[in-house]
Amino acid sequence: MVMIFGKPLPLLFGQLLLGIINGSFYAMLSMGLAIIFGLLNIINFAHGAMFMVGAFVAWGLFTYLGIGFWAALVCAPIIVGVFGLLLERAFIRRIYKLDILYGLLLTFGMAQVLQGLATNYFGSSGVSYNAPNALSGVLKLGFMYLPVYRGFVVVAAIIICFVTWFAVEKTRLGALLRAATENPSLVQSFGVNVPRLIALTFGAGVALAALAGVLAAPLYSVNPDMGAQLIDTVFAVVVIGGMGSIGGAILTGFGLGIIEGFTDVFYPQGSAVVVFVVMAIVLLARPAGLFGKVA
Amino acid sequence: MFGLTRHQLLGFAVLVVVVIAAPFVLYPIVVMQVMCYAIFAMGTNLLMGSVGLLSLGQAAYFGLGGYVAGYLVESLGLTPEVGIIAGALAGAALGTVFGWLSIRRQTIYFAMITLALAQIIYFFAVQLTDFTGGENGIQGIPRGKLFDVFPLTRDLAIYVVVAVIFLAAFLFVYRVVHSPFGQVVKAIRDNEPRAISLGYKATNYKWVIFILAATLAGIAGGTKAMVMGIQTLSDVGTSVSGLVVLMVLLGGIGTIFGPIIGALIVVAMQYYLAPFGAWVVVIQGAIFMICVLVFRRGIIGELAYRLRAEL
Repeated sequence: MVMIFGKPLPLLFGQLLLGIINGSFYAMLSMGLAIIFGLLNIINFAHGAMFMVGAFVAWGLFTYLGIGFWAALVCAPIIVGVFGLLLERAFIRRIYKLDILYGLLLTFGMAQVLQGLATNYFGSSGVSYNAPNALSGVLKLGFMYLPVYRGFVVVAAIIICFVTWFAVEKTRLGALLRAATENPSLVQSFGVNVPRLIALTFGAGVALAALAGVLAAPLYSVNPDMGAQLIDTVFAVVVIGGMGSIGGAILTGFGLGIIEGFTDVFYPQGSAVVVFVVMAIVLLARPAGLFGKVA
Repeated sequence: MFGLTRHQLLGFAVLVVVVIAAPFVLYPIVVMQVMCYAIFAMGTNLLMGSVGLLSLGQAAYFGLGGYVAGYLVESLGLTPEVGIIAGALAGAALGTVFGWLSIRRQTIYFAMITLALAQIIYFFAVQLTDFTGGENGIQGIPRGKLFDVFPLTRDLAIYVVVAVIFLAAFLFVYRVVHSPFGQVVKAIRDNEPRAISLGYKATNYKWVIFILAATLAGIAGGTKAMVMGIQTLSDVGTSVSGLVVLMVLLGGIGTIFGPIIGALIVVAMQYYLAPFGAWVVVIQGAIFMICVLVFRRGIIGELAYRLRAEL
């Protein structure tokens, strides 16, 4: 068997894959956070809760309505996105003019409410959700075995990241969005309905989290804490990458996922903290983050 | 006295009377829990109120203080005051390192960094089972004898100790806020570039406040471990960090009595709502949202506003 650094090659590839998968979720979530932060100036602490809600909506669609995975990939983000629009309208809109920290506290409270409700209805152990038959099974690649669904998640995440990056950086709508981030009153004076743009941005960001939640549902157990567990790491990713650019969020997300995966091979106990250690090092060397503007 | 205004002196007198009377009316353990969380919240309020920095990782210092005190007393058989002092020092030491890292960034980044750093401590608490007991925590911490002389086994005996620590912490925080040092800190919060241009090293001032907050959290954690006789992973988790922020927000950010009222309400809520399970979390989250949306001054802040007094 081929060995590298005293570790069998299939093990290394397996961990690399696991790292890329975790990285996919870090990238998708930190990207949504960055988009919302850019326009609303709010760190959406409820992002992890939205991810969790997305997974539960997919489960509910299947369990109660018999709607399968592929339809859930479309329906769940729309449902959660509309829910996000309502939250924006009812609560978040009221605090735009306040200190930036109030947004964090408000969404922190929202996350607690959503998580608590989910725990009440589904219990803390959660439910299970199966991948569609078309994506079950394992591919034999010669150097490793690749579960089809895992491969699908990686490809899907890359496509989602690319499409989002393209939409924000290369389209007219994206240009408006970036302009409104820079100078909302000027954009408004050009006849753009900025409050609506802001609301839709929040809805879209939240929908992105829900989409990640649907993708995660067959991989991890669908439970009320699934988002909270992930979001701490995602915050570290955001601090490391800085929230300056979407591309930065994507690269940092994948990069840290891979670092985490490899740490698991060589020093398993360290895999849970390696992202935070990297964060501390980056803060020492580049306080603004790798891609960030100073804040 | 200690530079308190008339309203504040009245408030302090009421506080002392309540602290003396409480154990005869209420269950002493719960009152002591309130005082421990109040110390914790006073420190967090220093950070939130005086410098305007929101930390979401205060549980790290609270939990570490508890683990250090619990370990020294339970495993090494040291006396309770040594445990609590060691807990305070451990909080201060960790606050020195984490503070140095986190004050490089502001506002939301600061909040995220403190949260992430606290996760490191949580993971160590899970991993270092020889020291923390892992999932089981440290059980059966003996209250022992204060100075190796006075036994603290009875609830009222340890109550006196906790009350003294609590009132001392209160006066200490008050003196810090109203000292020349505290005035500079306030100036930095209100206009940092201006304070810097006047020659104050803003970062160092914030760092000191951060360390003070961590030290108070360490004292609170150590004292709570001694009172309850148990130290578990839940004391070092993110939910405790959120809880202490809720206490400060509910009582009134930047007020001197607010953290105490906040601690009282949150502890009472947890105590009385415990049978309802996860609904506690829902209600806490809802209070968070209500405070932010319509009640930003908090209870004491609102009272102070109505009375036009500094409370």
